[in-house]
Amino acid sequence: MTGRVHSFESFGTVDGPGIRFVVFLQGCPLRCLYCHNPDTWGGGGSEYSTDEIVKRAVRYKNYFGDNGGVTVSGGEPLLQRAFVCELFEKLKAEGVHTCLDTSGCTFTPERAEEFLPLLNATDLFLLDIKHIDPTEHQKLTGQGNENTLAFARFLSENGKKMWIRHVLVPDLTDKDEWLYALRTFTDGLKTVEKTEVLPYHTMGEVKYQNLGLDYPLQGVPVPTKERIENAKRILCRK
Amino acid sequence: MKFEAWEGFQSGKWCEENEIDTRDFILKNYTPYEGDANFLAPPTDATRKLWQEVLSLLKQEREKGGVLDADTEIISQINSHPAGYIDKELEKIVGLQTDKPLKRALMPFGGLRMAEQSLNMYGYELSPKVKEIFTKYRKSHNDGVFDAYTPEIRLARSSHILTGLPDTYGRGRIIGDYRRIALYGVDYLMAQKELDKLHMNGRMDPELVRNREEISEQIKALAELKKMAMTYGVDISMPAKTAQEAVQFLYFGYLGAVKDQNGAAMSIGRNSTFLDIYFERDLKRGIITEQEAQEIIDHFVMKLRMVRFMRIKEYNDLFSGDPTWVTESIGGMGIDGRPLITKTAFRILHTLDNLGPAPEPNLTVLWSKRLPIGFKRFCADLSIRTSALQYESDDLMRPEMGDDYAIACCVSCMRVGKDMQFFGARANLAKCLLYAINGGKDELMKDKKTGKPLQVSPAYESVQGNGPLDYDDVIAKYKTMMKWLAKLYDDTLNLIHYMHDKYSYEALEMALHDTKVRRFFATGIAGFSCVVDSLSAIKYAKVYPVRDEDGLVVDFKIEGDFPKYGNNDDRADEIAVWLVKTFMRYISSHYTYRNSIPTTSILTITSNVVYGKKTGNTPDGRRAGEPLAPGANPMHGRDKNGALASLESVAKLPYEFAKDGISNTFSITPESLGKKD
Repeated sequence: MTGRVHSFESFGTVDGPGIRFVVFLQGCPLRCLYCHNPDTWGGGGSEYSTDEIVKRAVRYKNYFGDNGGVTVSGGEPLLQRAFVCELFEKLKAEGVHTCLDTSGCTFTPERAEEFLPLLNATDLFLLDIKHIDPTEHQKLTGQGNENTLAFARFLSENGKKMWIRHVLVPDLTDKDEWLYALRTFTDGLKTVEKTEVLPYHTMGEVKYQNLGLDYPLQGVPVPTKERIENAKRILCRK
Repeated sequence: MKFEAWEGFQSGKWCEENEIDTRDFILKNYTPYEGDANFLAPPTDATRKLWQEVLSLLKQEREKGGVLDADTEIISQINSHPAGYIDKELEKIVGLQTDKPLKRALMPFGGLRMAEQSLNMYGYELSPKVKEIFTKYRKSHNDGVFDAYTPEIRLARSSHILTGLPDTYGRGRIIGDYRRIALYGVDYLMAQKELDKLHMNGRMDPELVRNREEISEQIKALAELKKMAMTYGVDISMPAKTAQEAVQFLYFGYLGAVKDQNGAAMSIGRNSTFLDIYFERDLKRGIITEQEAQEIIDHFVMKLRMVRFMRIKEYNDLFSGDPTWVTESIGGMGIDGRPLITKTAFRILHTLDNLGPAPEPNLTVLWSKRLPIGFKRFCADLSIRTSALQYESDDLMRPEMGDDYAIACCVSCMRVGKDMQFFGARANLAKCLLYAINGGKDELMKDKKTGKPLQVSPAYESVQGNGPLDYDDVIAKYKTMMKWLAKLYDDTLNLIHYMHDKYSYEALEMALHDTKVRRFFATGIAGFSCVVDSLSAIKYAKVYPVRDEDGLVVDFKIEGDFPKYGNNDDRADEIAVWLVKTFMRYISSHYTYRNSIPTTSILTITSNVVYGKKTGNTPDGRRAGEPLAPGANPMHGRDKNGALASLESVAKLPYEFAKDGISNTFSITPESLGKKD
């Protein structure tokens, strides 16, 4: 099976545990205002077979150590679920730890069964909850958050380990009431290993320029140290 | 025990009659340290005060445009200057290159012109007397070289296909085993050289004559060193009795070397494990404290930070600074399986905290997977905070070089006191590829008489027609051109090193080597990744030549994409491997001076920028004048798959074909190494 790949990163150190080979897939249904990879939204990318990617990834086995492995990110990798599933199954057969970085936005409880093979082949989920408030989520991403939250519960019920990730943008996502609400939600999940606060940064801006797009967060500052600490206190403390 | 100073040491081969074996002494006596950095001491008041004085001098040096003071009269030799101090009362380790701190010595043996030019550039005037001596009565290395150069070598030199040749300056890169002075004392070393000289017999051919003359020079240099030490009131004729003496003796050896030679890289060796034996003994005897041990090391390193050479401004541009490459190699594993990490390895690195970060001495950690975790953590922590450490793979070098090698300059390794090398700068293989395409006509230089492109190599057939370049055709032509270049390069280096031995022999450094020394013939490659990508472009894309009115190919039009070196893509990386192997084979197929062993390196660290300026448009799309990549790095911005893919491409290069070293310059922010929580 082949999939559409945006790019590879052989030395991924921020998307999951340890040193990771990261596969960025092409295509995403969301249009997050703060997205720093707008070049992964639409079509394009290059076709790769799962075998080709496995071959590339296992070259770095030496670097993976005890806790590294392969992360598939995007874009939204669930758009190519069958492809990811086959890729992960092959990587598992090679003894490689697998991790999926997703917003869970294509998941619906009615079709939960279809997601089970992928769950089996995935060791860890990095679940991006972009906003806990459905209306704000809609404003931020163009879609409500019910699928994401349902996916979180589904992972929890199936005993799948996950790390919650939350991008912190001043005013857009960092109000205390939202952060507390998110914390309440994640406390209700049984398999959350940790929550990561990802401070918004402006490094994606140049990509918008290159694509001839307006930058939606023009003028929005990066969060202050205090606000980052605050969010960590609310979301991450044990 | 032969000497009282050896009291408390384990005996072994090192102390048998007429033996000199520093390595054996180390292995028999050192104490591996597997702990952490908690034992380390902060700077003493004396260190703080002394360093403040040095900092103030360094500031004055910067404010004066880079040179604080320069000698215009006294020709620098081992014992040419009276004793010099920063602040005599405070200094635990003494000795300066001239009578005043940071005053640069006059060193015309490599070349008078360079010495004079560099003085003039900073507003000094060479003494007429020295000028007279070196024009009327005495030749320099530089004079000798240019007397013997062929027209072809001169052409290759001015077109910069051969570049950075040590023909106007000291070749450097030789590391004396300065530890021998501390361990044995100079008298014993002289006696052993006398003995070697006695046994130097046989047919009295030029080689034997030279060997006999050189060893006499070595003995004289040791005698001079003794005198130099005495001007500081220190007697180095007998072995060092304490740690302070061991460091002082060793430093005097190095000081003698940097007074005698202004080599391009004047590395100091691998000293921490050796010195630690003396520190351990003194600590056990209760005659020093950790504070005092650190103070001695701090003062030693302070001195190494003050080594200066008088150089032309272009030289500093070439290397982006005022470098001396006082490389000290630290750590590594013993072949007996024990780590060669001692507390003194920590102490030397700790100077980066006590004195603040600095580029010199070039502290180089010989890295092994098996180093103790405490040391690894300490290095990582220091690297993050100071960015002042260099790392080299001990696991790669140890099987070739054993466990008592050191790094000269940046990556070139030699067994201390047993190997020396003839430094050979680089051949610009990117330019060589353009020569292959143009039949040896330079892409940038014109013949002064005719105004036509300058023919540098013999007129081999150039690439014909305007169709896309044919890979096999280009490779065949490139091989021919590389063969020509390799032969010319070998000839040039043979000539240069003959003259250096003749007119600027490193008598003191060689006195601190075994008499039967192994010599390396250290060639180098510039423009490596540019060639790989260019050949890959020709092979996998369509590259059309663009010709000027003379029919010279001056540019290229590329259609389609091609695999690039630095992405762990075998299609490009195979070309890289082929290139190293092929060039090295050509280099090895000719006579090399004094039976030296040919090696090559891929290690331009900053000079790639200047070499790029002299190289026209290349088939990979690089524009004329743009920098080549440093060392074996991928071309800037072409590695698209992250750090490991880039490093893996470099790691495919066969070390056995580039034993003089392969470098990869790699910057990374601490954040991109992962998250803390």
